[in-house]
Amino acid sequence: MSQGSEAVAAPVGAHRSIHHWGEWWLVAWGVLALAATPFVTGFWLYLFTIAAAKALVVLGLLLLMRTGLVSFGQGLYYAVGAYTVGMLGQLAGVQELGLLLGGALLLGGVTGAIIGALLCRYRGIFFAMFSLAVSMILYGVLVKMEVLGSTDGFNVVSPAMGGWQPEGDLGNRLLFAVAMVLVFGAALVARRYRYAPIGRYCEGVKENELRVEYLGVAARQVVWVTYLGAALLAATGGAITALATGHVGPEMAYWTTSGEFVFIALLGGTGHVAAALLGAVLFEVIYTFAFELSPYTWQLILGSALLLIILFLPEGLWSLPARLGRWVRS
Amino acid sequence: MTLPLAIAMDGLIYASWLFIIAAGLTLIYGVMRILNLAHGSFYALGAYAAASAVAWYFTTGSPPLLSFLLLAACAVGMGVVAGLAIERGILRLVYGRDEVVMILVTYGVLLILEDVIKLIWGVNPYYAYQPYTLLGRTRIENLSLANYDLALVGLAALLALLLGLLLHRTRWGKLLQVVIFDRELGAAMGIDVARVFTTTFVLGAILGALAGAMTAPSLSVAPGIGIEVIVLAFAVVVIGGLGSVTGALVGALMVGLARASAVHLYPELELFVIYAVMGLVLAFRPEGLFAPPAARKI
Repeated sequence: MSQGSEAVAAPVGAHRSIHHWGEWWLVAWGVLALAATPFVTGFWLYLFTIAAAKALVVLGLLLLMRTGLVSFGQGLYYAVGAYTVGMLGQLAGVQELGLLLGGALLLGGVTGAIIGALLCRYRGIFFAMFSLAVSMILYGVLVKMEVLGSTDGFNVVSPAMGGWQPEGDLGNRLLFAVAMVLVFGAALVARRYRYAPIGRYCEGVKENELRVEYLGVAARQVVWVTYLGAALLAATGGAITALATGHVGPEMAYWTTSGEFVFIALLGGTGHVAAALLGAVLFEVIYTFAFELSPYTWQLILGSALLLIILFLPEGLWSLPARLGRWVRS
Repeated sequence: MTLPLAIAMDGLIYASWLFIIAAGLTLIYGVMRILNLAHGSFYALGAYAAASAVAWYFTTGSPPLLSFLLLAACAVGMGVVAGLAIERGILRLVYGRDEVVMILVTYGVLLILEDVIKLIWGVNPYYAYQPYTLLGRTRIENLSLANYDLALVGLAALLALLLGLLLHRTRWGKLLQVVIFDRELGAAMGIDVARVFTTTFVLGAILGALAGAMTAPSLSVAPGIGIEVIVLAFAVVVIGGLGSVTGALVGALMVGLARASAVHLYPELELFVIYAVMGLVLAFRPEGLFAPPAARKI
């Protein structure tokens, strides 16, 4: 647990100027993405919406990773968010987008707060495994629930806005726009969180928890709040995915789904919030095309990429330009 | 009277199967501090090798009882080949990294091996039921049990005994204990830690492959079996305490009995109950039942 110590050592003021730059960049990209809404073609529309949903989950994972915790169970909240949307639509007849998302956030938040209270005591490998166990409990329950379609899952209603239900392509475009607003908004908040005092404590917990405690900060509280944030982000991502695909299934809570999120986080890198967005888009693009070309070697590609990144690019693709720059100069 | 007996027998059979898988996983973690997700792939490799070898063997018309030897041989062969290749080829490059990074590395290996298996054996299921039916069935009261399953219980007990003897009664076991206790101290005392690592990893891989080879006759060997199995083995090892073989035995029994009770009483809770037991144990003893608590470093 001794990587990335330079971030802690740097004085707070040193980040100020880059700080605002980074935020404006995010805003600019967000506006660009929103402005592109009418022009993106159908297939890419879906791809970017799903990528945004996954990026939301990964953003939460990044916050946890900066605290030194790797959750192998974010699929839990992904599934909670998705199933909440599905159940609200199918069982309660709710179609209003705001209500659906709000419901997902509420349920994700409540589950996250309760499980987080348990999990905030654990670190390292135990945190990873305990989070995996909890998500597998949900998987086990979902698979056996006939009411919720068991292993098949069930279909999700298409959302409405203010009573108006946009059909087909228009609906997809609206969802895309909503996803873009959410993901860039979340990225901005995550960035603020990172540079806020609590974000600094997160890094402190990763470096040396006992010293953080000596400074008068409750490390468990820091972990709990971060975990709750990650849960909310994952639930939102799950809700968007459910609306975009029109279907939910128990595999969303399976541990390989959670593993996929960890993979995206590593692919992009944990150094910057935009890396989550980049990683998610790249992942979806590779996934779509690799899966089309050769479905039997998709995991092979994924696994090899994971190993290569861990071996040669431990800070993810985000660090590639900087590395290349250093290499060219020397 | 039948129900408790059925639960006990089913639980015991399930527990033996779990123990063989979990023993390898816990051994590797204890010595190398690697929580090896690719253990599921060893299981799958063993199962596939055994299934295709047995299917071929029975077309040759050789003495059927020797097929059990073939199962074991497949497991050992697969364990040695896959274990050596992964330890030498990949893990060697990342020793010394954080434990969580090691999980990710073995996750990558698991993904790669999943597709390698599909490339070699295709996606259609394999069946090798002959050894299973060969041994016949036994009736206890009004319960009919396959002798093959009972033999599996015997095998698990034998393995537990052998592992115990190996760890506590042999020279190599003592050296292993030193490495488990303190790797650097062991190296300073002149133990060839690299060789201990390789041997342990191959031994663990053989155990994983053995579990796969032994289960191959009782189910259809299809893609994805390794991924299913690893989380179960995980639960067992975590309950017992990472790195403890005794713990793996107790954990396997707990999970086995819990699952058998659920299957017979409330089938809906089958999967839930396994992780609920794990969650309960972790909530009260985060390091598991049999692992010594680690010192808090400042």
